[in-house]
Amino acid sequence: MGRLQAIAVWLDQRLHLTKLFETTAGHTVPARSGSWWYVFGSATLVCFIIQVVTGILLALLYIPSANEAWLSLQYLNYQQPLGWYLRAVHGWGSNFMVAMISIHMAQTFLFGAHKYPRELTWIAGVFLFLCTLGMAFTGQVLRWDQDAYWGLGIGAAMMGRFPLIGRELVALMLGGLIIAGETLSRFFTLHVFVIPGLIIALISVHLRLVLTAGINEYPEPGKLVNKETYHEEYEALLKKTGVPFYPKAIDKDITFSGLLILAILTCAAVFGPFGPNGPPDPTLINTVPRPDFYFLPLFSVFALLPPYMETFLILTAPVVGIVLLLVLPFLSGTGEKSARRRPVAVLSVIFIFLNLSVLAYLGLSSPWSPHMDAWSADPTPIEYVKNRTPLELQGALVIQDKQCRNCHSLGGRGGERGPALDGVATRLTHDQLIRQVLQGGGNMPAYGKQLSPPEVTALVAFMETLHPAHEPPARPSAVPAAPGR
Amino acid sequence: MAEQEMGNSKTPSAWKVSRRSFLFKLGMGLNVVAAALVSVPLVGYMLSALRHKAWQAWIPLGPLNDFPENQTRLATYVNPFTRPWDGQTSNQPCWVRRLEGEKFQVFAINCTHLGCPVRWFPQSGLFMCPCHGGVYYADGSHASGPPPRGLYEYETKIKDGQLWVRGGELPTLSQPV
Repeated sequence: MGRLQAIAVWLDQRLHLTKLFETTAGHTVPARSGSWWYVFGSATLVCFIIQVVTGILLALLYIPSANEAWLSLQYLNYQQPLGWYLRAVHGWGSNFMVAMISIHMAQTFLFGAHKYPRELTWIAGVFLFLCTLGMAFTGQVLRWDQDAYWGLGIGAAMMGRFPLIGRELVALMLGGLIIAGETLSRFFTLHVFVIPGLIIALISVHLRLVLTAGINEYPEPGKLVNKETYHEEYEALLKKTGVPFYPKAIDKDITFSGLLILAILTCAAVFGPFGPNGPPDPTLINTVPRPDFYFLPLFSVFALLPPYMETFLILTAPVVGIVLLLVLPFLSGTGEKSARRRPVAVLSVIFIFLNLSVLAYLGLSSPWSPHMDAWSADPTPIEYVKNRTPLELQGALVIQDKQCRNCHSLGGRGGERGPALDGVATRLTHDQLIRQVLQGGGNMPAYGKQLSPPEVTALVAFMETLHPAHEPPARPSAVPAAPGR
Repeated sequence: MAEQEMGNSKTPSAWKVSRRSFLFKLGMGLNVVAAALVSVPLVGYMLSALRHKAWQAWIPLGPLNDFPENQTRLATYVNPFTRPWDGQTSNQPCWVRRLEGEKFQVFAINCTHLGCPVRWFPQSGLFMCPCHGGVYYADGSHASGPPPRGLYEYETKIKDGQLWVRGGELPTLSQPV
């Protein structure tokens, strides 16, 4: 026995490293579980480690003070060597972490990993998912730019919808009466101490449960989970096809993680850091606040929900959603594991992802928001001013000047809140146009007080010309068609 | 190990067992008291965000001449309750609408839907919100979109030739200014 070996043995007898290894990295897993489908959990963990390392380094310069946070980020972006790159890696790391944990959750659900006897693994995972979203939101706040400021405003407005204790909840969330220094300190504490601490504790539980309950076996259609026989079957499977996780099943995990890290680094290098955008001065109101992509679906929901159910859903839907996720392993704890025999599970996942994607897409274009500068910036299409009378041209000016274009597009430019005005004359008669402009309705404000009679006459005269050459304008059904009209 | 044997053995000296259990109970009791003593100030510290001498105060917005009649203008003020490190965030905007003479309406900047900053368009006489498309008329009443009510309106007064508003708190549906 060489001297080095003797030292190793001496250390091992005291530190029990081989024993630790055998029960952790070296534990036996079913060979088929070393699958490409099983790499997303470790991928999420890798993202988290990247976040911890880059986060610690960013904290060397970041100042969690309302007065200086935004400045310190500018410094990181433009002065500190490689500061921009660290911010970019941290930002992209968070995007990838949210993506990985979402895929991991969908995959484990589709593979029936939440079923007996792994209910607590799933529940710990649900809390990890919530913590990850918490990190995403608090991280966005630490950027302390205009989006962060008004994002907090949206959060406070939601809290303010709670009956009875709304005012107190807002004050607790903001750490004061307005969004200011204490608010930032609060979210800094959450982002840097509280939630990461929770995540580390939850990861410990999650991984410990993976070891004690064993990794989920690759599901086979028709093989049902039965509480009486499950453990025997799993033991038999391990005996028959068991391999040590290291080095037999870890190969795909490390390959995928390597690719993942490269992807994060590449995105960071190519696309750079996120923001900060405008400074957090609430008096700079010419801003269009938008959340980071993970909260775009939520942002869209708020625009699309009928107002009467909005408060009710804001207060109850998150609770219902979380409770559903938590009780899922008890609702479907046994039976079929394979996605091939669980059409409802597959459809649910498709339904949820489709919904989130469509809502996020809508959030990017926000067709419900007025285009604030359309009235002064978008040109009137040339064919709409050709051969028009002076009165009609005056109407074209009224459309611009009264901000109609902020909500109504012409020639594909302008807001999408209201219907496009190209061809409006084929839909509304002369009288209907006047009524709609003066009284509004159908989610359009009434302009009766803001338009003089000559302006209305000009505006309607112009809109009556907006119809395709081959399609006559609408006419009142009560008036018989006269030749020449 | 030795202690366990002593505790479990049927020794006649029962007072030893009771002393042990007494010590255990004493230790637990002391820790309960300590936990209470620690948690009361901790919770009090946490909840201090709720203990304000005042939630609102009168704030001057400037001389009346700054606000021409029949116009709506953006005014800014420094929030009366601030910390020295609040920086720009202590600046607060609001919309001042002067009607005829000394009649004023002052609206909070925050949309009543979810708090985004509304913008005033004098030509069409509308406030528009950039987030979810809320629109309000010049008098602050709801015109269209998802907001559940009109704009939040500050209490106003005129003193020493200045326009004052009562504010200092982020307005929400629970606390409309």
